[in-house]
Amino acid sequence: MQNNHTPKTQKRTREPLLHITKRGAVSMKTAVLIRVAAILLSLIFCGIITILLTGDNPISIYITIFEGAFGNAHDTQFLRLWATLQDIAILLCISLAVTPAFKMRFWNTGAEGQVLIGCLATAICMFTLGGIVPDPLLILIMLVASVLAGVLWGVLPAFFKAFWGTNETLFTLMMNYVAIQLIEFFLKVADKSGSNTVGPNILKHGWFPALFGQKYLLNILIVAVITALVYIYLKHTKHGYEISVVGESENTARYIGINVKKVIIRTMAISGGLCGIAGLLLVGGTSHSIASNLADGRGFTAIMVSWLAKFNPLMMILTTCLLVVLDRGSTEVSSKFGLNSSFSDILTGIILFFIIGCEFFIQYRVQFNKKNHAEKEVAA
Amino acid sequence: MFKKILSFLLVVVMCFSCAALVACGGEGGNGGTEDELKGLSESPLPRPTLTTDVTIPDDFKIGFIFLHDENSTYDKNFIVAAESIKELFGLTNEQFICKTQIGEDNACYEAAADLVAQGCDIIFANSFGHEPFMLQAAKDFPDVQFCHATGTQAHTAETPNYHNAFASIYQGRYLAGIAAGMKLNEMIEAGKITPEQAVMGYVGAYTYAEVVSGLTSFYLGAKSVCPSVTMKVQYTGEWYDEALEQEAAQALLSKGCVLISQHADSMGAPGACEVAGVPNVSYNGSTYQACPETFIVSSAINWAPYFQYIIESYVNGEEIAADWCGGIKEGSVVLTEINLDVAAEGTVEAIKTAIEQFKAGTLHVFDVTKDNFITVNGAKLTSYLADVDDFSDYVKETEAIKDGYFAESSDRSAPYFDIIIDGIENLNTKL
Repeated sequence: MQNNHTPKTQKRTREPLLHITKRGAVSMKTAVLIRVAAILLSLIFCGIITILLTGDNPISIYITIFEGAFGNAHDTQFLRLWATLQDIAILLCISLAVTPAFKMRFWNTGAEGQVLIGCLATAICMFTLGGIVPDPLLILIMLVASVLAGVLWGVLPAFFKAFWGTNETLFTLMMNYVAIQLIEFFLKVADKSGSNTVGPNILKHGWFPALFGQKYLLNILIVAVITALVYIYLKHTKHGYEISVVGESENTARYIGINVKKVIIRTMAISGGLCGIAGLLLVGGTSHSIASNLADGRGFTAIMVSWLAKFNPLMMILTTCLLVVLDRGSTEVSSKFGLNSSFSDILTGIILFFIIGCEFFIQYRVQFNKKNHAEKEVAA
Repeated sequence: MFKKILSFLLVVVMCFSCAALVACGGEGGNGGTEDELKGLSESPLPRPTLTTDVTIPDDFKIGFIFLHDENSTYDKNFIVAAESIKELFGLTNEQFICKTQIGEDNACYEAAADLVAQGCDIIFANSFGHEPFMLQAAKDFPDVQFCHATGTQAHTAETPNYHNAFASIYQGRYLAGIAAGMKLNEMIEAGKITPEQAVMGYVGAYTYAEVVSGLTSFYLGAKSVCPSVTMKVQYTGEWYDEALEQEAAQALLSKGCVLISQHADSMGAPGACEVAGVPNVSYNGSTYQACPETFIVSSAINWAPYFQYIIESYVNGEEIAADWCGGIKEGSVVLTEINLDVAAEGTVEAIKTAIEQFKAGTLHVFDVTKDNFITVNGAKLTSYLADVDDFSDYVKETEAIKDGYFAESSDRSAPYFDIIIDGIENLNTKL
């Protein structure tokens, strides 16, 4: 370390401009601060991009994002707020559904298909039994059918994984395509005009009732209950504990006498069943229609929501809100400023990039290497 | 040094080609020698200039839902009309809201509900598959007027704030067919083909009434001047798929078709024709820029009169018709300029004569009384039940032949002529 005191040699040992160290335990406060900073930065960056493309002032862009998600003075019926809440409910439901599996380190990329097969089961019930059985009974049948369909789509890959060690990522992914094709088949059978959707004019029965005149309220309440149940299940039950143990180490789980195969299948049954319920809500509660893009990629977005929230159901409420509000807001920006609809995807992409990127800064600390930095370390 | 020379040469070439373009587009080559290109004629049936005496209140708002954006010829046709109406009434950006890339699924309902949230008084959607979702929105928001192009359910839906619209575009197709038939006659007279080889090709999207009605009226227009013509039809099963449409056009060419037309939204078929040097009759708008050597003429629906009608009706507190079908008189059916370099001599005059006959009501496209015109299995049509009332039941319930012709778009604005007549051969079907 004598070199430190001789300037000539110091020049030769060049250090990089910055270096990265792993942070220890990060306090809740720091983590929250970094995340808030990332969101603010992403909004500023989106503002700059929008100004460059539209020449409008940045404040109006943020107001537009807000109005896009929550409505403005014209919107006396709070239609936008309800639509946003409804979107949050669906995405949250799917995120909750994928969480137990991910906590168990079971890479379920098939939530999309599990939701879609739930949609399909619901739609088939509405199509074949609508008008034949009374609506309350029909809704009950729809519930059972959608859950069973979701469970089947979840358990199949889990069963193969548990007994023959197949790759669950590929298996669940493939099941998505099977579900999509089954829906396409149903569309051909149910609507002979050849359109790519079966709409509310055909699925006339089995609609969820509107509570207090709000057609989305029942969906939102159901998801609120599911959130609480999943939270309790994961945090305060023996099953939840088993899931964490299997996730941490299968060998440990086996050692302490957990039946790993049983846990894998049981957990995927729960995941699939919850996805099935999300499908039920989408068809019976929201759209009264079915198309192969009804899930709209939310089965994949849910994976991100779940990871960002560190598999904590309560945190997921926040991450879902964030994603949905930003998505609806940026759609409104591109519509209001007359930009191509792809522009909203660009904005959402930027924001996600910042949010996911900030996780790096929570895990690691970036330090600039100052000239006297090494000396200080030596002195210490 | 080589690069400099090359770029200089490129600049020179570009200057010349620009000058050439200006010369062609300008006076239509009227006074030039016979070797020069004649360019475009004036349109025999242009978009009428819009005028209005209605002032729009400041709090009026109209919202549009489009399936794609301006990259699709189908949607562009609507967007151009909407923009012209915006200009006509001096609507601000606040009063005129467009939503593009709205799929034919629940996204349409959500878009409609969102336009309601923004305070729209009228909401318009442009694609057939939007209908069930527009109808649902109309039921959920009874204070807002919902207008839907190409739909079939308004006249039976018992939802007073839901409306359908179309245009009698079969008349425009018939006029474009006349141009095609005259081109075939020219080829026959020049000895390039025999009368029996006058086979046209048609690229259709689906075997729906909308497409069948269009291709039949196009065929009848050609047959009205060239009695020996026949037509082969290839369906793609997609409204917009450039590769499929190109392949379909090439398949038709390889089967001996000497002229092509299409009812699909991409440049696939016109592009294939330009490459092969085969004349093309286009749809939805002029493809002259991309296909100057083969484009003859294009018919299109002009939606501006309908937009003007719904806005003025709403502002004046009048009822909007449940089912509206604009024709030549309303300015809803238009033709582009005719490419005189490809079209046969006398085409413009022949089309103008037919337009006058349409206006006078003496000409009917689906005239079943004419000899050797509309026959099925060799017999004339005397009666036909069409599925006009759309309850998703596919029951054909309405007699469509009245006063000696198939009365297309009279009981419902959306087309319902779905008969494959003699002389037209479906190479495949796509439902």
